[in-house]
Amino acid sequence: MRDEARDLAEETVVPIKVDSDIVTARQQGRALASLVGFSATDATLIATAISELARNIVLYATRGEIALTAVENGGRPGVIVVARDKGPGIPDLRRATAGGYSTSGGLGLGLAGVRRLMDEFEIVSEVGTGTTVTARKWKQ
Amino acid sequence: MPVPILKQRDYLIASIQAALSDEDLRKLRQALVAQVGEFRSRGVIVDVTALDVMDSFAARTLRDLAHMSRLRGAETVIVGIQPEVAFAMVQLGLTLQGVTAALDLEEGLTYLNRKTRQRKRAK
Repeated sequence: MRDEARDLAEETVVPIKVDSDIVTARQQGRALASLVGFSATDATLIATAISELARNIVLYATRGEIALTAVENGGRPGVIVVARDKGPGIPDLRRATAGGYSTSGGLGLGLAGVRRLMDEFEIVSEVGTGTTVTARKWKQ
Repeated sequence: MPVPILKQRDYLIASIQAALSDEDLRKLRQALVAQVGEFRSRGVIVDVTALDVMDSFAARTLRDLAHMSRLRGAETVIVGIQPEVAFAMVQLGLTLQGVTAALDLEEGLTYLNRKTRQRKRAK
């Protein structure tokens, strides 16, 4: 198990352009989470977070990527999900990560929801440059 | 991947077989709403047992389907939401408000039978 996790220390990058890429990204994420020892429930939480992040890319940025990495912190396995795009960026980050905000007719729970599904969540966004969301989850 | 839709008496039963893309979900919603009229169906069951993830888009599409079908005279029941999927949905704040859910296909059919009987009696 350990060795596999170490082997997977390289990033798996899933390009996101069309909506079927969302499915590919979350399936890869689930497979990686299961491989490093997450329970089925946690693997589903991770897959759901990836689905939301990948959809944001398709909706707002048209293209980008999801990078998945297996990590270990003091013997505790984890998964890092990075969603990168070179889209328009988010003008009001605070509003976008609070519940109830959406400009695309969604439920407006996307980023706030991802934050709840994962253990750690960071977002860097610059208008005109793009957005990078980094989310981590550690095995319980 | 298209979702097969089975017609059984007054009901339409759609069994999701694998992970669905947004486009597949939109097509399913469209097909069910159209077939409710075509077959004069009174109930729709969507079996999501095999669905890997219920994210905000999937939840919104199923909710819209339920509301649209109701406007066309059919009740919708979502069946087979797995425990881990339910957990993720609650964390995301997706409650499928205004949509009926049942444990499995059998419970879904029981619910629809009861609902349509009530409606006949009310006539």
